[in-house]
Amino acid sequence: MFQSPVIEVTDLNLTFKTNDGPVNALSKVNLSIEKGDFVSFIGPSGCGKTTLLRVLADLDQPTSGNVLVNGVTPEQARMSKAYGYVFQAAGLYPWRTIGANIKLPLEIMGYSKGEQKTRVAKVLDLVELSEFENKFPWQLSGGMQQRASIARALAFDADILLMDEPFGSLDEIVRDRLNEQLLEIWKSNSKTICFVTHSIPEAVYLSTKIVVMSPRPGRIIDIITSDLPADRPLEIRDSKEFIAVSKRVREGLRTGHSYE
Amino acid sequence: MIYFIAAISFWIFAWCMNVWIARQTSGDVLKILPPLLFGLSLMLIWETSIIYFRVSPVILPPPSAIFFKFISSGPILWADFVQTVVKGALSGYFIGCISALLVGIAIDRFKFLEKGLLPVGNFMAAMPIVGIAPILVMWYGYGWQSKSAVVTVMVFFPMLINVVQGMKMSDKIHRDLMLTYNASYTQTLIKLRLSTAMPFIFNGLKVSTTLALIGAIVAEFFGSPIRGMGFRISTEAARFSLDMVWSEITVAAVTGSIFYGSVVLLEKRITFWHPSQRAGI
Amino acid sequence: MSKVGNRILPIISVVGFIFVFWWGFSIILNSPWAYDQAKRNSVTLSFSELVVETWSQKRPKLPTPYQVATEMWDTTVNKKITSKRSLVYHTVITFSETVYGFALGTGFGILLAIAIVHNRATAMSVMPWVITSQTIPILALAPMIIVALGSAGFNGLLPIAIISMYLSFFPVVVGMVKGLRSPEQLEIDQMKTWSASSSQVLFKLRLPKSVPYLFTSLKLGIAAALVGAIVGELPSGGGTGLGFRMLSGSTFGNTLQIWSGLFSAAILAASLIGFIGVFQRAILKRMALELQ
Repeated sequence: MFQSPVIEVTDLNLTFKTNDGPVNALSKVNLSIEKGDFVSFIGPSGCGKTTLLRVLADLDQPTSGNVLVNGVTPEQARMSKAYGYVFQAAGLYPWRTIGANIKLPLEIMGYSKGEQKTRVAKVLDLVELSEFENKFPWQLSGGMQQRASIARALAFDADILLMDEPFGSLDEIVRDRLNEQLLEIWKSNSKTICFVTHSIPEAVYLSTKIVVMSPRPGRIIDIITSDLPADRPLEIRDSKEFIAVSKRVREGLRTGHSYE
Repeated sequence: MIYFIAAISFWIFAWCMNVWIARQTSGDVLKILPPLLFGLSLMLIWETSIIYFRVSPVILPPPSAIFFKFISSGPILWADFVQTVVKGALSGYFIGCISALLVGIAIDRFKFLEKGLLPVGNFMAAMPIVGIAPILVMWYGYGWQSKSAVVTVMVFFPMLINVVQGMKMSDKIHRDLMLTYNASYTQTLIKLRLSTAMPFIFNGLKVSTTLALIGAIVAEFFGSPIRGMGFRISTEAARFSLDMVWSEITVAAVTGSIFYGSVVLLEKRITFWHPSQRAGI
Repeated sequence: MSKVGNRILPIISVVGFIFVFWWGFSIILNSPWAYDQAKRNSVTLSFSELVVETWSQKRPKLPTPYQVATEMWDTTVNKKITSKRSLVYHTVITFSETVYGFALGTGFGILLAIAIVHNRATAMSVMPWVITSQTIPILALAPMIIVALGSAGFNGLLPIAIISMYLSFFPVVVGMVKGLRSPEQLEIDQMKTWSASSSQVLFKLRLPKSVPYLFTSLKLGIAAALVGAIVGELPSGGGTGLGFRMLSGSTFGNTLQIWSGLFSAAILAASLIGFIGVFQRAILKRMALELQ
């Protein structure tokens, strides 16, 4: 059965008005994301990848073009709790315990107290932070805080996860572990994930589709469908296929003058 | 009665205008209107309710009476202004702020001073300094010098606290860079630390404008020659000439606003680089 | 040297210095009067006699710390608390006016700040007037407020508390507006992704984040409320309170009364601020927020 795409972007343009003149953040973006895809957006600063994610989340509005999330406008999607957003920083409230932090969106969305308890326990288990439910954010390391932030985004059963460089501020060792965990969560919960990153290995390791973007104006250079198998241990990063895909990504970045 | 209702209607109209103006994203000239509209509608309500509720002018005169008294008392108001603001408040303001700046730099230079002086300074800033007004009048006499002294003391401690805080504001990275250039204390001070201290210094300067004016006027309550805003206010209030009192208040409010506004303009020019000046909140 | 000693020693030495200068200045400032009196009695004063004389005048230009202390002791311990000569009596009155006005000012300030942060029209039209209000010398409005409220039947603490409130609401509004606007764009965006309503954002994010700013403003507010109470007592002719005490001391040339009033006010200010500071440390620690 033909399933309509979960996310459909047609001819999207976004120009920001700044004090130093207009900035063409996104130009003629066309994109289609199916259910269950893991899509990475990669490119240098200013290529519009974060802006694109924010448009999908209804945090920024396009100047022209059409965006459909779950078949409705981003605003309607947001109000129907269609996605969970993970920011670059964990953004946990220091005056709430980890458990209370995860409860925050549930309180806002009106879940019952009983439901809140079950969901918090479930997602903490998913990210392996169950023993830290009653600890405070400053008692956890950076990596653990980010895991808590991801748990919070999973708490209300959104099918779509929008993640903006969530592991950017972490060291590579922690990052590898979190990449593995994220793939596990993706596979066992059939989420559709849009993932913004700076790192070529990370993009190639995680995704089914890689969107290469370049700046001035922000646009898509290439969309690469990855032919790597679904089961991916970390060692796959040394395989020939992995290196081939990385090469394609690198070439895309070069064509987009990303190295200037 | 009908005027009162008209005034209320105007207030509602002005409010709707303000809501509309608030929604506009461009047009800086429009930005001046909301406070003016708000003030104007308040004035109208004030004027009409005095008449409607038959409030005695001894309790609160209407704006029209104040306006007439104001324009007919030019020379007196000017003489009072010069005595209080120019001779008392401004002189005290400059002496107090400059000395606080120097002491602040000294505290920064000699760390030992900080631990001892700062708690004392915090204590003095919290103390109701108005209390020393009678003492200073006793020491320096009734003239403008005692008012200037009161203003100096009132302005000194809040300014000092801000200067000390400001001196700590430079980033370690910048100071380390200065070390690699083998810059002396004075060079680092002038080229780096005074600039990074400016936002806090201006915070102190702004707060001090209102303190200076209040200090000069309050000090006059404790003794003054037959000139000065504080003097005029107390004598006219005792005579129940409230329209004159309000005229003096108007002069004080306008002076204070212009004084504060000038410091804000200066701040915009000097600290244009600071995020709070760049962000359009 | 222990950590506590490290912090206390500089303070003690600075305060010690101040006292030395103080006693010294007492000699200098009180000497004209002393020499005057000596001339009248055709007596010459040696230096030690001068010192003794200047340190024990009845109406000194600058009383010594000892004189101030004994005056304070005399009017607190040696007088009945309910008598009008008791420093405690006047202090309690000023204290009540201050707390009353502070409570009013803080409540009003917080509500106004919430309105300003949520409604642009309010922010644009009211904020400039809030700033202008502080340029109006409250001392001038004080007698009018007292007369106006008195004729409407409100006597006692309320008029002076209103004056107190006038001075204390300003730091609270300014601080709370800053605090309510302190959440970062990231945190506001988070709330948007959860479709939170304005009141949910207010209670779950803005108010908790504004607590550090609130405490700083409360300290400024209570100091301002105290000044307001003292200033309000000056024209009121009520005959009570520390402000009144200082004024009558000034009018009748009773320097010791001025100084003892001033010191009581200072001690009152320090205690009130210290009290708030205790709460500040406890609550900020509990919420794991930093001082602002």
